[in-house]
Amino acid sequence: MDRFQLLKLENLNTSFKIMNSYYPAVDNITMDVFPNEVLAIVGESGCGKSALALSIMGLHNKERSLIKGHIYFQGTDLLSLSVSQLNKIRGKDIGMIFQDPLTALNPLMRVGQQIEESMNYHTSFSKKEKREKTLHLLEQVGIPDPRLTYNQFPHELSGGMRQRVVIAIAIACEPALVIADEPTTALDVTIQAQIMELLKTLQKKSNTGIILITHDLGVVSEMADRVAVMYAGQIVELSAVEQLFNNPLHPYTRSLLNSIPSSSSDDDRLHVIQGIVPSLQNIPRSGCRFSPRIPWIDASHHEDHPVMHEVESNHWVRCSCYKHFYFPNEKVGEK
Amino acid sequence: MAFLEVKDLKVYYPIRGGFFKRVIDYVKAVDGINIRLEQGETYGLVGESGCGKSTTGRALLKLTKTTSGQVLFNGTDLTSVSAHKMHELRKDIQMIFQDPYSSLNPKKRIVDIIAEPLRNYEHLSRKEENKVAREYMERVGLSSDSIYKYPHEFSGGQRQRIGIARALTLNPKLIVADEPVSALDVSVQAQVLNFMQDIQKEFNLTYLFISHDLGVIRHMCDRIGIMYQGRLVEEGLSRDIYENPQHIYTKRLISAIPNIDPAHREKQSAIRHQINDEYNKSYKNYFDNDGKAYQLKAISPTHFVALP
Ligand SMILES: Nc1ncnc2c1ncn2[C@@H]1O[C@H](COP(=O)(O)OP(=O)(O)OP(=O)(O)O)[C@@H](O)[C@H]1O
Ligand SMILES: Nc1ncnc2c1ncn2[C@@H]1O[C@H](COP(=O)(O)OP(=O)(O)OP(=O)(O)O)[C@@H](O)[C@H]1O
Ligand code: SF4
Ligand SMILES: [Mg+2]
Ligand SMILES: [Mg+2]
Repeated sequence: MDRFQLLKLENLNTSFKIMNSYYPAVDNITMDVFPNEVLAIVGESGCGKSALALSIMGLHNKERSLIKGHIYFQGTDLLSLSVSQLNKIRGKDIGMIFQDPLTALNPLMRVGQQIEESMNYHTSFSKKEKREKTLHLLEQVGIPDPRLTYNQFPHELSGGMRQRVVIAIAIACEPALVIADEPTTALDVTIQAQIMELLKTLQKKSNTGIILITHDLGVVSEMADRVAVMYAGQIVELSAVEQLFNNPLHPYTRSLLNSIPSSSSDDDRLHVIQGIVPSLQNIPRSGCRFSPRIPWIDASHHEDHPVMHEVESNHWVRCSCYKHFYFPNEKVGEK
Repeated sequence: MAFLEVKDLKVYYPIRGGFFKRVIDYVKAVDGINIRLEQGETYGLVGESGCGKSTTGRALLKLTKTTSGQVLFNGTDLTSVSAHKMHELRKDIQMIFQDPYSSLNPKKRIVDIIAEPLRNYEHLSRKEENKVAREYMERVGLSSDSIYKYPHEFSGGQRQRIGIARALTLNPKLIVADEPVSALDVSVQAQVLNFMQDIQKEFNLTYLFISHDLGVIRHMCDRIGIMYQGRLVEEGLSRDIYENPQHIYTKRLISAIPNIDPAHREKQSAIRHQINDEYNKSYKNYFDNDGKAYQLKAISPTHFVALP
């Protein structure tokens, strides 16, 4: 692929210190994000999605974590930068939307001031310019009365409005990359629909690349260009969104898709993925990480060192077991 | 006689202010709701955050004071029964809460958590309590040997089952489930939803199922009530609501559900725009001069809409 990569992760490995050992939560991830694309990352709770996002932002506690590999952003390896060099990029070229809007905002500071503060670091706008820009941003994210909200405190806003303020801060400096960690999970469907639309508009307007972390496959289907399915620190399937929904291959992807209550299968029983996402100390580090959760599959089908294979153009799947996978209520070899 | 009949239920929360902390206004959390439930059915209550779903559920169990209206359970008005009678009736109506992580006391062992509601009604020996706890752990598909464990030793889905086991020990007839799967991953959610359907058959349970997830509601419920600002704006069978929504608010809600097929992206977005325009233009026609939703009117034997 010769399009210019906005972000390139190479063998990224993020480990956390537990008792006196380090355990990878992000385990050797290699992936790209291009300008003007939405790359979704999906997976159950505890699969390492936030750990990955925070690694890119350089927000993990240095004493308790260890990051290896490369994070090339517009060609520069972020892992080779000093904190002050990184600060020039964070918030300006990379914006982050945190999962919980209330914790991301300062409860004691007026909304307008918080947005302006995010510009202080990176721009030399005058006071007046900052104010105008802030009001414009509030309008852009769909706040009905920007002048009023400018002077309000976070607790005076509804959840949806707070999340929009967080988005306004994330995009204040027109970043080239936005990392959105569950941006709509806490919101009602109607507000979720508005925020999805807003992110799409911004992306088209400024060619922004977006990493969208979510466990809502409906949101993925509406927003994403490409999807990375993550399990126990690894990517198990990576493909264009149409391929992922029309031809999901990895057992984990298929299991996830089968467990959503969808309108087409009103009375069907939902698929339950057996077992749980292993905690960091309990992730099997050799062999297949997902195999304990599909115990009915003949062990001889699993590989010892499952690696990603490109099974059709730009559709990557870890390992080859998908050829043998079936659900307990399916006949063998149906796939 | 209906199994449960909620008649013109109102719950107003006082807002206090000023120097003497006088009541200066009210939040009309529930503002005139009527619901009828037949035994064995699942009724879904859905609507946006703050519309009064939890308040309605809590009022049924008398966990919140009702301002006016009646809650007739097998003909007995719960809002006016004596405390003694309510104590008896409370066995029949149990609640399942949203968050399996915080709704179980972390310091108690499973056996104590499960046996606790029973202690209010019967004096059981330790041995008998253990027996009950084992029995219900097995009924909810968990190992009976784990009754001496603590909540943190279980996964989210398992904890939600423990919460359900606890609610089941009193042999309830009606379960108010307030967002029982909202805090769970899809896979765990599937486990809990399947399980709730199983025990419904086994125990002939009636559910009032509260959720803001329209996918989950559709999957679980026979009939659905759409709530908006303390009132029902539409009620009907699943297909009435999802395939033939009539109130502008219901239409907006249904159109906002993310479409799981990426091929429908453009179409879905176009529908959403069209409905939003309609919503902005015709919003006023659906509410009275005080901005309150109208009374429900039947447009078919099963389908009711709040129209003028
Ligand atoms: N600072 C930390 N120290 C130790 N372990 C951590 C830390 N942060 C995350 N973990 C562990 O790493 C794994 C991945 O966590 P992460 O927060 O990335 O999950 P996630 O995919 O974002 O889940 P969710 O959907 O619940 O947000 C989990 O097992 C988690 O317990
Ligand atoms: N104890 C209380 N005192 C005062 N106001 C309250 C109280 N409990 C709820 N409210 C208000 O009543 C309204 C309805 O709240 P309720 O919790 O019933 O909504 P809900 O539909 O369950 O919302 P959610 O989906 O967010 O759980 C809201 O405006 C809420 O702020
Ligand atoms: S075949 Fe491969 S990916 Fe599939 S379950 Fe086994 S090892 Fe995992
Ligand atoms: Mg996370
Ligand atoms: Mg509630």
